[in-house]
Amino acid sequence: MSDKEQAVRKRYWKANLRIVAILLMIWFLVSFCCGILFVEELNTIKIAGFKLGFWFAQQGSIYVFVILIFVYVKLMNKLDKTYGYDE
Amino acid sequence: MMNNILLIDMDVQNWTYIIVGLTFALYIGIAIWSRADSTREFYIAGGGVSPIANGMATAADWMSAASFIGMAGIISFAGYDGAVYLMGWTGGYVLLALLLAPYLRKFGKYTVPDFIGDRYYSNTARTVAVICTLLVSFTYVAGQMRGVGIVFSRFLEVDINTGVIIGMIIVLFYAVLGGMKGITYTQVAQYCVLIFAFMVPAIFISIQMTGNPIPQIGFGSQLADGSGTYLLDKLDGLSTELGFHEYTSGSKSVQDVFFITLALMVGTAGLPHVIVRFFTVKRVRDARKSAGIALLLIAILYTTAPAVAVFARTNMIETVSNTPYSEVPPWFKKWETTGLIKFNDKNEDNIIQYVADPNKNELIVDRDIMVLANPEIAKLPNWVIALVAAGGLAAALSTAAGLLLVISSSVSHDLIKKVYNPKISERGELIAARISAVGAVCVAGYFGINPPDFVAAVVALAFGLAAASFFPAIVLGIFYKRMNKEGAITGMVVGILLMMYYIVKYKFGWLDETLPGEEEWWFGISPEGFGSIAMMVNFLVAILVMRFSPKPPSEVQDIVEYIRIPKGAKKPVEH
Repeated sequence: MSDKEQAVRKRYWKANLRIVAILLMIWFLVSFCCGILFVEELNTIKIAGFKLGFWFAQQGSIYVFVILIFVYVKLMNKLDKTYGYDE
Repeated sequence: MMNNILLIDMDVQNWTYIIVGLTFALYIGIAIWSRADSTREFYIAGGGVSPIANGMATAADWMSAASFIGMAGIISFAGYDGAVYLMGWTGGYVLLALLLAPYLRKFGKYTVPDFIGDRYYSNTARTVAVICTLLVSFTYVAGQMRGVGIVFSRFLEVDINTGVIIGMIIVLFYAVLGGMKGITYTQVAQYCVLIFAFMVPAIFISIQMTGNPIPQIGFGSQLADGSGTYLLDKLDGLSTELGFHEYTSGSKSVQDVFFITLALMVGTAGLPHVIVRFFTVKRVRDARKSAGIALLLIAILYTTAPAVAVFARTNMIETVSNTPYSEVPPWFKKWETTGLIKFNDKNEDNIIQYVADPNKNELIVDRDIMVLANPEIAKLPNWVIALVAAGGLAAALSTAAGLLLVISSSVSHDLIKKVYNPKISERGELIAARISAVGAVCVAGYFGINPPDFVAAVVALAFGLAAASFFPAIVLGIFYKRMNKEGAITGMVVGILLMMYYIVKYKFGWLDETLPGEEEWWFGISPEGFGSIAMMVNFLVAILVMRFSPKPPSEVQDIVEYIRIPKGAKKPVEH
């Protein structure tokens, strides 16, 4: 493998890691922060019949999880294309 | 009353025979159509499954009898605390999609021990992985077979053992004949059956109670009785009135909820029967996409379950609390005969007192009833009740089949082919795979008929073990090129042993004369949540040992380079 190709791979991997890190931060935020650690505080806010913390714990976090994976798919497909790793 | 709407007014029993019979005929038809002719088809369905079909199969594989029957019931009694299952069993897919699935697909072999064995260039590592796979999958499958037996016995009025045997024969038929290929396409059908069966009663009840057809919105809406009260406020009120904790707040400690959720997420991502599904798609991008589709399909049920929990809980309290025993509806008596509802008139006033105080409470309700009896409680038509039976069976069968396949491929591929007899022919391996599948079904059936009394407890163990063993070993294998076999093996072994020790001590109570109480838990973490700690210990030990042992050989580092680049995922091959 040439040095140039090596460098390209490294850049691709770094970009990949950045995407994963950002998405996992959101994953942690909606589930562990909104649904567990700060649930009492959020429960003081009410939207329709839902206390917000309770809603995050039993509904909201799951919706965000689904969105996160599809965003990941989209970003990675784009990244693959930029680097010519798509097929 | 609603029966009059139906053209044919049949009883539940006949409807159940018809609907369950039709779905079984469908599964068997698919199995015959999709026989496996090679090991590639048997282990990974030939590696050409479309991402949508794989997503559906993964969802059916994942959602077991526990998800379908048990979860809404658990939530309806636990209230807010039920969130550990909701977030834990869905959040794991984010980890799976972002950290594991694409890379394992690129690696392109048949099983999880394949990856561990090759990446850590050691048959010791492979064997440790096989042992973990078998431990996790057998604990899990025992509960599934029992689930099949229970559903049969309740709806077809056969005894539980006959139910288990019928279930065994069906699974045997399509798992042995079709392997992964047969299982995949039956699971696609089973997903459709189970999601339809779960959603129909939920939608009906949501309309009845709140006027809103979408259960996810319905349970946050006002009651349909025109009082302007929100359903959740009403349930909170009813709960506190009877002395229970407020439904929307929990009774577990914050750190326990945190660690249980984490353990379930990481355990989900580390379960071999889930991971292996991502070996069946064609390209790396398909693996990512099908993880998204799987979670979307799972989320439909998982966001409905908490709504069902609220509907069922409110309905039940309103129907039975302070009701004279002579006036209870027919379903109450029916489920009383099965022993799942127990009424003990302690103060002999002939009125049902359902309260939190165990000395005054007169009613014991099994959690499973919340889903099984829900259509009857809500007075839905008979075909809906029958549909729920078919859905429960689809959920239990699909999960059992997926687990049995993982067990049989661990034996025939990882042990026989890779460790004991590498020269075995393709045909010989396929026969070995089929024989191990038969063996696995028999063992699972045995546990279904004679369930160890700690079945419920071992589910925590299955997730804990997966979290403590596979997850760190695979993640380090992908993201840490320097990780070597010494580190990974020590990490896995220490993680598993620690997890087992904690379960044996604090869940089974085998190490002390009495089961140690909650105040003795480490950092206040329950055995269910301890997988998080065991996982962290695995990571730390692995990295520490790695620092004092040699680098992995350069060809292994090349494997890591290879799996990080998505392009050029070959068909999985025997190397």
